[in-house]
Amino acid sequence: MKKLTTLFAATALATLMAGSAWSKTFVYCSEGSPEGFDPGLYTAGTTFDAAAHTVYSRLLEFKKGTTETEPGLAESWTISDDGLEYTFKLRPGVKFQTTEFFTPTRELNADDVIFSLERQWKPDHPWHGYVTGGSWEYFAGMGLPDVLESIEKIDDMTVKIKLKRKEAPFLANLAMPFASIMSKEYADKLQADGKMNQLNQMPLGTGPFAFVGYQQDAVIRYKAHPDYWGGKQKIDDLVFSITTDAAVRYQKLQAGECHLMPYPNAADVEAMKADPNLKVMEQAGLNVAYLAYNTTQPPFDKVEVRKALNKAINKQAIVDTVFQGQATPASNPIPPTMWSYDDTIADDTYEPEVAKKMLEDAGVKDLSMKVWAMPVARPYMLNARRAAELIQADFAKIGVKVEIVSYEWAEYLEKSKAKDRDGAVILGWTGDNGDPDNFLDTLLGCDAVGGNNRAQWCNQEFEDLVTKAKEATDVAERTKLYQQAQAVFKKEAPWATLDHSLSIVPMRKNVEGFVQSPLGDFAFDGVDIVE
Amino acid sequence: MFRFLLGRLAVLIPTFIGVSIIAFSFIRLLPGDPVALLSGERVMSPERHAEISHQLGFDRPIVVQYLDYLWGVLRGDFGLSIVTKKPVIDQFLELFPATVELSLCAIVFAVVVGIPAGVIAAIKRGSIFDQIIMGTALIGFSMPIFWWGLLLIIVVSGILQWTPVSGRISLMFFFPSVTGFMLIDSLLSGQEGAFQSAFSHLVLPTIVLGTIPLAVIARQTRSAMLEVLSEDYVRTARAKGLSTFRVVGIHALRNAMIPVVTTIGLQIGVMLAGAILTETIFSWPGIGKWMVDSVFRRDYAVIQGGLLIIAGVIMLVNLVVDLLYGLINPRIRH
Repeated sequence: MKKLTTLFAATALATLMAGSAWSKTFVYCSEGSPEGFDPGLYTAGTTFDAAAHTVYSRLLEFKKGTTETEPGLAESWTISDDGLEYTFKLRPGVKFQTTEFFTPTRELNADDVIFSLERQWKPDHPWHGYVTGGSWEYFAGMGLPDVLESIEKIDDMTVKIKLKRKEAPFLANLAMPFASIMSKEYADKLQADGKMNQLNQMPLGTGPFAFVGYQQDAVIRYKAHPDYWGGKQKIDDLVFSITTDAAVRYQKLQAGECHLMPYPNAADVEAMKADPNLKVMEQAGLNVAYLAYNTTQPPFDKVEVRKALNKAINKQAIVDTVFQGQATPASNPIPPTMWSYDDTIADDTYEPEVAKKMLEDAGVKDLSMKVWAMPVARPYMLNARRAAELIQADFAKIGVKVEIVSYEWAEYLEKSKAKDRDGAVILGWTGDNGDPDNFLDTLLGCDAVGGNNRAQWCNQEFEDLVTKAKEATDVAERTKLYQQAQAVFKKEAPWATLDHSLSIVPMRKNVEGFVQSPLGDFAFDGVDIVE
Repeated sequence: MFRFLLGRLAVLIPTFIGVSIIAFSFIRLLPGDPVALLSGERVMSPERHAEISHQLGFDRPIVVQYLDYLWGVLRGDFGLSIVTKKPVIDQFLELFPATVELSLCAIVFAVVVGIPAGVIAAIKRGSIFDQIIMGTALIGFSMPIFWWGLLLIIVVSGILQWTPVSGRISLMFFFPSVTGFMLIDSLLSGQEGAFQSAFSHLVLPTIVLGTIPLAVIARQTRSAMLEVLSEDYVRTARAKGLSTFRVVGIHALRNAMIPVVTTIGLQIGVMLAGAILTETIFSWPGIGKWMVDSVFRRDYAVIQGGLLIIAGVIMLVNLVVDLLYGLINPRIRH
């Protein structure tokens, strides 16, 4: 009997040890609970991290660490000469995840793609309103309902999407979380069982990790998808430990209870960098903060005046004071992590004396102006009032008097759009789809005057370049056009570009393979823990 | 006793109706369109707006809407979460055990430490013990919970590494919830080390949540004890030569406990308020954290329903405490 016990204990021990040696669990201390698990329905990054980047994959993917797209579930695609027809060849042999709640019988095909997109597009689709009160915000926000003409199945592995008009960012849009590809087979099963809501609670896709379970506001569990088309992951289990307080996330990271955390408190970053058990990654976020002059109002209609004012702003002081160094001064209207960013463009140097002289040469004397300061903190501008005060002091040095004004946030956004608005507005932007068009045309195009274009700036040369780039489908050509547009922007100076805030990701030293995304999302494919 | 109960109910029912009116008005008084707030749809065509408005019953007279709402509440229908689309009451029942477990531990901690501390302070009145205990109680009473929680996490979990930082159990353990109480479920799971893990996760949140009630109970015990100790019957008992233990432990403590029991009852409402902060700091998946998360998610249906349920629970607990108190001390029934 004793022998048996010993044998049993030995077996148990062996199993246990084998378990610890083979099963690698990666714990991510996420910042909040997902709103649901259908990425099409929501807009929050937290939700995308928990569903889109784990369970699902898309026709195209953003190349890790960049805003460029690469083939995903679509192996290749062709675009018709008129730029209106996109034909996608699907990757063969892509397997859906097998979970406790569903066992797929077939591989990915055109039906899944059509289902995933059409449910968001067609109001009469049975899945269009499957979540009461849910809406396809991103799909609508990217203008797809107006752009799409048809989605057709050519054969099982080929899908053709027709557009009504040319839309260069279309491919980038398909790499966004909302365009995640679901399993039509799974959806059909849920529909037949009358459990449609489950699609949003127990997701199933072709991504690197399969959903295991979610305990509300506490923990989400995933296991590696063994047949993932991109290859099985090095970690076996992925756990999201939901920890809303940034200070607590830091403590858990320190104690080794999690391997990686998002959004640290600015004040903790120095200590994190000094901790020998941790490493800290940082890069410029996909955002920009700016001071937009009203280029239709004198004296700001003069380029010399805007240039002079730009030279009077000490950006480094803003970065140091407002962000405690966790931002970089911006010279272009698009962030440096964006493709087509032109790093040859020289920024306006901080030279108050020169600025003063330029202003005199332009015949401007005793200028007094308003600077609008946002009432809320945004990632690209943590404290606009503080920044406005610094600008006020800078401008005072060149004899320009500044009055700082502010309004309630919604009112601020609305009022600052007005074409006859006075003064210069502090505002910023965070990119949605990693396409330069999302910054250059959205914020500075002629159509956006009276809207997102707070500088009310309509420059034909710039407009032509950006429009041409929007209609071109070749990335190299678009890059060239956008770089020319940036040069025009710099020459004309409708904004003083202020900063790009840094996105900072602390993790345990033994984490390898994590790549920071310029789009701000957290994806754990390719991540490993080394002993 | 029956009249006493009726009297209590006569106060309770209007209070509950009052709270339900506040909860009902909550969405309607918020800035913004209540239809958009409740449906969670931000962009709506006028037809869609009318449709949802009709679904939600916003096109009926306000009194009818309220009565309908109240009728739903009485049947346990607190609406659907905007985000998860699950009934608010189901989510509440799912998360409530976590809060109860934490609150029970905290109250036990507060009583087990607070009463002896108060008694010692009273017996050794004016001594250094008394001063230390009462000083500590004052500090404990005035300590902001979020600061105290973070301080303990940084020192005990971070530097000393004695306890885990947050959560209810190590993520290595994974078993289904049976009772909802982690201490019990971890035992039922039969997994080795699960109970220890659950217990160690409870230590810090229990201390943090129990601190204020502990301070209140210690102070209350001390003053009640002092009052009782100066009574004639205590002096008589002493004169009869009974041991200090018998005098204090049996005669005095029993009578001093009457106001202390009320205090403990009153602390339950305080605890639920404290749980909101404590649970958020320790990522404790109970109703406190649920409410905070719902605020961040703008899940108005949950905030509205949750507030009403929590208010109902507090009222119910107070009623039970009152009744118990009435049983212990017949005098207050009149």
